[in-house]
Amino acid sequence: MVKEIERAGIPVVHMCTVVPISKTIGANRIIPAIGIPYPLGDPHLGEEGSYKLRMKLVKRALKALQTPVDGQTVFETDDF
Amino acid sequence: MDKIRVVHYINQFFAGIGGEEKADIPPEIRPGTVGPGSALQAGLGDEYEVVATAICGDSHFGAHMDEDTETLLNMIAEYKPQLFVAGPAFNAGRYGVACGNIAKSVEEKFNIPVITGMYQENPGVDMFRKDLFIIKTGDSAADMRKSMPKMAALAKKLYECGGKVEGIGSPEEEGYHERGIRVNYFADTRGSERGIQMLLKKMAKQPFQTEYPMPVFDRVPPAAPVTDMKHAKIAVVTSGGIVPQGNPDHIESSSATKWGKYSIEGMDHMDKKDFMTIHGGYDRAFVTEDPDLVVPLDVLRELEKEGEFGELANYFITTTGTGTSTGNAKRFGEEFVPKLLEDNITAVILTST
Repeated sequence: MVKEIERAGIPVVHMCTVVPISKTIGANRIIPAIGIPYPLGDPHLGEEGSYKLRMKLVKRALKALQTPVDGQTVFETDDF
Repeated sequence: MDKIRVVHYINQFFAGIGGEEKADIPPEIRPGTVGPGSALQAGLGDEYEVVATAICGDSHFGAHMDEDTETLLNMIAEYKPQLFVAGPAFNAGRYGVACGNIAKSVEEKFNIPVITGMYQENPGVDMFRKDLFIIKTGDSAADMRKSMPKMAALAKKLYECGGKVEGIGSPEEEGYHERGIRVNYFADTRGSERGIQMLLKKMAKQPFQTEYPMPVFDRVPPAAPVTDMKHAKIAVVTSGGIVPQGNPDHIESSSATKWGKYSIEGMDHMDKKDFMTIHGGYDRAFVTEDPDLVVPLDVLRELEKEGEFGELANYFITTTGTGTSTGNAKRFGEEFVPKLLEDNITAVILTST
């Protein structure tokens, strides 16, 4: 799905738990998510902690979408 | 001892009849070798005899494929072949397709070993590689001197082993186009040892041969980044199996064959009263309590309000990623992308569990 979106010229950021799969299928902008049963957030941190974590990841996603990339890029931190 | 009877198929050009201007000649058959048949005979040796050469114009065959195949099969039958060789066709597309068609039909009708030869870019290779042994050749007739002995050698081997795949070595050993057939064999060393040897070669950056090639995925170059996020329209797509309560479109829990598009208009978060997960590939307990963990609507609304981006599409697109074939996933994309374009979506956040 990622590739078909990108093929149409729409930039897409893949927020996923299993980064090697994302790399294999060919996503270009990749953000590692937290856990398979809770990719965006962490229920163990409580509602507020989970929300903050999700906010951080989604902000990173918006930043990644505004960042030019040459090839497959994994955005591990907010520092790019 | 009687010689093994071989029939050879060639086109009008190699039969010396003519080039493109003669490409519409109908099927015919002549006793003995014609053109490259002498090289074939030389390669096969004394135990074999090229008893006849079937000939057809490439355009004629292309335009009357079923009819010509039938005619040629009847002509070939009269010579009671025990082995059949077509071409080689090098990079001639119509000729390659003709060779593949005839060879496959002869194999099916007479149940004898067949072989052909083509250049890797000949469309006949992809059409027939699963059905036939196709020797790798150069891209033009200049390669005949090298190609014909290879074809003859594999043809003999095929005949000797009764046409069984098991009797033939790997594509690398025998010089044919890979057929996608896995063959069992007894190796001298056990798997762990072979694996370590491969790893050592890989680490030393030496060439090595995998025993299990992975499928090749195509690549799409990255799209240009968003330049004006303040006015960007963002859509969320997920493979995390989030659907409205009750799963109205019956999207499968695994190996999905469909996707859904559901409204989030006027919602400020993914309420568990409205949405559920049907994904069969992860423990659903957390997401059942809070679907925002997969479709981050709560933070996206917050960021939309703060003006971090223009607007959020009033729907999300969803399917189940687990066990879903890449073929289906590609189709889903092809189906929903026109909708994204129609709605002027600037960028997509795609979440996967």
